[in-house]
Amino acid sequence: MARAVTTQRKTINTIFAWAVGLLIFFPILWTILTSFKTEATAIADPPVFLFFDWTLENYAVVQERSNYMRFLWNSVIIAGGSTILGVIIAVPAAWSMAFVPSKRTKDILLWMLSTKMLPAVGVLYPIYLLFIKLGILDTRVGLVVVMMLINLPIIVWMLYTYFKEIPGEILEAARMDGASLREEIIHVLTPMAVPGIASTILLNFILAWNEAFWTLNLTAAKAAPLTAFIASYSSPEGLFYAKLSAASVMAIAPILVMGWFSQKQLVRGLTFGAVK
Amino acid sequence: MKLKNALVAVSALVSVAATAAYAETLTIATVNNGDMIRMQGLTDDFTEKTGHEVEWVTLEENVLRQRVTQDIATQGGQFDIMTIGMYEAPIWASNDWLVALDDLSEDYDADDILPAMRDGLSYEGTLYAAPFYGESSMIMYRTDLMEAAGLEMPDAPTWDFVKEAAIAMTDKDNEIYGVCLRGKAGWGENMAFLTAMSNSFGARWFDEDWNAQFDSEAWANTLTFYLDLMEQAGPPGASTNGFNENLALFQQGKCGMWIDATVAASFVTNPDDSTVADKVDFALAPDMGKGPRGNWLWAWALAIPAGTEKEGAAKEFIEWATSKEYIELVAENEGWANVPPGARTSLYENENYKDIPFAQMTLDSINSANPLQPTVDPVPYQGVQFVAIPEFAGIGTQVGQEFSAALAGQQTAEEALEKAQALTTDEMEAAGY
Repeated sequence: MARAVTTQRKTINTIFAWAVGLLIFFPILWTILTSFKTEATAIADPPVFLFFDWTLENYAVVQERSNYMRFLWNSVIIAGGSTILGVIIAVPAAWSMAFVPSKRTKDILLWMLSTKMLPAVGVLYPIYLLFIKLGILDTRVGLVVVMMLINLPIIVWMLYTYFKEIPGEILEAARMDGASLREEIIHVLTPMAVPGIASTILLNFILAWNEAFWTLNLTAAKAAPLTAFIASYSSPEGLFYAKLSAASVMAIAPILVMGWFSQKQLVRGLTFGAVK
Repeated sequence: MKLKNALVAVSALVSVAATAAYAETLTIATVNNGDMIRMQGLTDDFTEKTGHEVEWVTLEENVLRQRVTQDIATQGGQFDIMTIGMYEAPIWASNDWLVALDDLSEDYDADDILPAMRDGLSYEGTLYAAPFYGESSMIMYRTDLMEAAGLEMPDAPTWDFVKEAAIAMTDKDNEIYGVCLRGKAGWGENMAFLTAMSNSFGARWFDEDWNAQFDSEAWANTLTFYLDLMEQAGPPGASTNGFNENLALFQQGKCGMWIDATVAASFVTNPDDSTVADKVDFALAPDMGKGPRGNWLWAWALAIPAGTEKEGAAKEFIEWATSKEYIELVAENEGWANVPPGARTSLYENENYKDIPFAQMTLDSINSANPLQPTVDPVPYQGVQFVAIPEFAGIGTQVGQEFSAALAGQQTAEEALEKAQALTTDEMEAAGY
């Protein structure tokens, strides 16, 4: 009897989880479906779900109009570069906070996180003027630096949490065997924290890929990533929803595929510290 | 002979070298709409003629406005040509942010630009942005519903007729609404419509001393009429409807009349997208017999930011993109229905273009708007559906939110006007007017 109740509960839980999952996924599914509709079908009332004349025309138009590969390459460089640079800076920072904490470590961590609470537009003009002075407006280098700085608090926090789980005695043993600080971090700490670093890299790559405020404001023609590619298909005077959807699908497709193949690491990254 | 050949070879080499040295790459910021996208597709023609390459930055209208304003105000220099509207042109020109377009070539024929467009894009008599295409607003209406209502639309109707017709055409049980109007808050959304409408009711934003005028009887009449019309004959949820939402409603046969941008005419008469394409006709925006009609005037124009190092090439591009030859190029490639409208007088004298059903009404609508004297009473500002001062974008959007809240039934017309008067007065005082 008790077993039957458990099964029933499991079924309910499963149905509930699927329902929530579908609800969250629905906007993306709708975008994908709309990208295969004509503009007239895209705004049909009542909305058409599956039974319509599927067309690839929107993808052909988007492909013809925009240099997709250039936007894609910029996204890869900006998201990849900023994440790698961020990790290189964050590993030693997280190490010092995790293994040689001071009285102020907690305060520093909180202060770092507090920078994320400032609305980005609040520092737009200082950063814009700085970029003009430095001559790095509309360059991938500029975007890599800005994206790295934006995501650095999250990277430090994630790595700090992972490092805290590693017993300090192991590092002490390495030191007693004569390892230098550099060797300790590169040869002992980093290999042990590889799963944590991998999930940090994945999560921050996705965050940098999707970032649309700085990438739209600091780029023009040369360094514009896929967020600018999507923005170029939005129009308040004209119903171009099907083309906008096709552009959106093309922009999220690489990250969707990457996310699918690295689900486990992502889930771990998102739930770090939740379960000990 | 040898000397002659050598001279020819040298001069050819010099010519090639000079062209290569002169060839520039222009970065152009533009909006995402059909005419601009068509221009991007035809850029090869410009490159072939001049050797200059073009890099496009296409953005959604509001993002574009913020990006180009930010860039020009900080002298970022990211763009060699910017697509700007009638609102920005006189303000930016007064700040010395734009290069004057007073030395365009004779072949360009600047006098052919429609006078209303030229006035709206000039500052102190000098042109600062060349119109790529222009628009006004007009009534698009369903001929079948009008006939069924037993009414006939005049070419130049009054607001009273529009109200009568809208109520007669409304059949809420079958989801047919007599009139669809903008309700979404924003200076370029509901306030574009309501400001133009208020002109025809005898209202104005400011008197000659920059005092806000929302406490006037004319504004009370405007807003009360609009709210009453929408309550009786408008679609549900109209306070969130902008151009696209109303376009979708009209194309699906749910609006009897739609008063909006003339550019919409090509959408609603396109049988690929519109279910009512063969049942649409056009009329001038309504009036109240006071002079101004309730239509606006707008142009997307090309301007050169002051300080660009590529001014010469940028002017060449502007001459190419806004020329008579460009219009013929579009007609040749895409047909006359797709040429950029509303910029040049000669287009409306072209026999091929006269066959386009909405061409004459578009021209009449543009000509009936006067950006230099938009209201019944004198005003200290330029602009038909906006006030060409930097503060207007912020104030217009706040007032738009109050009027949109009134349309949503969250407050009365009196309350909305009181708040509009107070906030406009505060903002203008703070700005030093």
